[in-house]
Amino acid sequence: MLKNRIIPCLDVKNGRVVKGINFVDLKDAGDPVEQAKIYSDGGADEICFLDITASNENRNTIYDVVKRTSKKCFVPLTVGGGVRSVDDINKLLNYGADKVSINTAAVQNPEVIIESSKKFGSQCIVVAIDAKKKGDKWEVFTHGGRNNTSINAIEFAKKMEDSGAGELLITSMDRDGTQIGYDNDLMFKISSIINIPVIASGGVGNLDHLVDGIKLGNASAVLAASIFHYGTHSIQEAKQYLDSKGIPVRI
Amino acid sequence: MNVTIVDYNSGNISSVINSFKEVAKDKVNIEVSSDLNKIKSSDKVVLPGQGSFKSCIDALNGISGLVDSLTEFAINNKKPLLGICVGLQMFAEIGYEETETKGLGWISGKVSKIDNQNGKYKLPHIGWNQINILKDSKIFKEIKNNSHMYFVHSYEFIPEDKKVISSTTDYSSNIVCSVEKENIFGTQFHPEKSDKIGLKIIENFIKL
Repeated sequence: MLKNRIIPCLDVKNGRVVKGINFVDLKDAGDPVEQAKIYSDGGADEICFLDITASNENRNTIYDVVKRTSKKCFVPLTVGGGVRSVDDINKLLNYGADKVSINTAAVQNPEVIIESSKKFGSQCIVVAIDAKKKGDKWEVFTHGGRNNTSINAIEFAKKMEDSGAGELLITSMDRDGTQIGYDNDLMFKISSIINIPVIASGGVGNLDHLVDGIKLGNASAVLAASIFHYGTHSIQEAKQYLDSKGIPVRI
Repeated sequence: MNVTIVDYNSGNISSVINSFKEVAKDKVNIEVSSDLNKIKSSDKVVLPGQGSFKSCIDALNGISGLVDSLTEFAINNKKPLLGICVGLQMFAEIGYEETETKGLGWISGKVSKIDNQNGKYKLPHIGWNQINILKDSKIFKEIKNNSHMYFVHSYEFIPEDKKVISSTTDYSSNIVCSVEKENIFGTQFHPEKSDKIGLKIIENFIKL
């Protein structure tokens, strides 16, 4: 039976982790490689890096991070943030990313998704959709949540599946950072109309939220940052909790 | 000992290279090449593959003499070869992804889309699933039955001779997830991304 996945996400800025795990035995708390290794040793099913480096001149720092991580972590590594072109995707894959997540570029230039999924295979193309609720609909935001495109998120999700995305990473902007749980209504609606896996993101504050993302949101995988960063819960605890709730996980 | 990972522009092979180098340390030489002489003189060959069946076959055929060299290595000289993901699928005679495409024909059978029962199962089959070991494969030494492996695929290899199947996994039906035919090995899952247990499979192959 296919297992639901738990994916810890690390925000990386200028090659350093922002909001790191508070582990006493860390040699270098800001090193993304060391943190990724702790997660993979702890049973993370995949690792996700979100590069939030703002300045262009520092953008190359992520490549070094990916290269070093991929030599230490032998679970899938997804990298996103600032990915604009097929060339950017190619570079990240060559440095050792297994999947690349694309957000703004997928909206501005869907050709990137069509072309890259043909060139590298759908398995490595994750489209990240940031959505915010408006009335009974959700709208797609780009540029790290700053720009409202007014595009219907559910229709856009379908379009991305048709364009060749292998997975969708759905973040509810209403929930992100609130710790009150995923927007499971949004997750369920998207998951019901597409046939590729949905990764739920945005809003996890406790382990029940992970359970709900899978049971109510019908997500194939659940992504979380702060509950793991701040050491509130370990990956193992999360998995054991999901297991106790009857959710199939890799233990 | 030399192990050559065939680099034929089949998509991203960084993880395969990293995992083999991690296991090999300094004891075994890991080459990444499409050089025909290097392949022929290798002790073992790894055939990765990402993307579609057709794109991988086209890429193999795009390098003059590569298919012949691989066939000489695996079929005539019977040296160990490991196919990973589409690398395994290409052992088949025919594949149906994108369009009907002729495979290497090393193991009788076809590659067709997983029956997802009208959308009941998501495709691609992405994530960790357990393998049900059907026969003692040399690459499964010290691997426990029901171990979790990492999968990413929408197509499955259906061999004619079921005796070549060394393990299956349950996803809408029993999907073939590894084969062994004499010196030819293949995994549908990605040992390079299957954590320590995947590295163990790579180690088993290197130690053959």
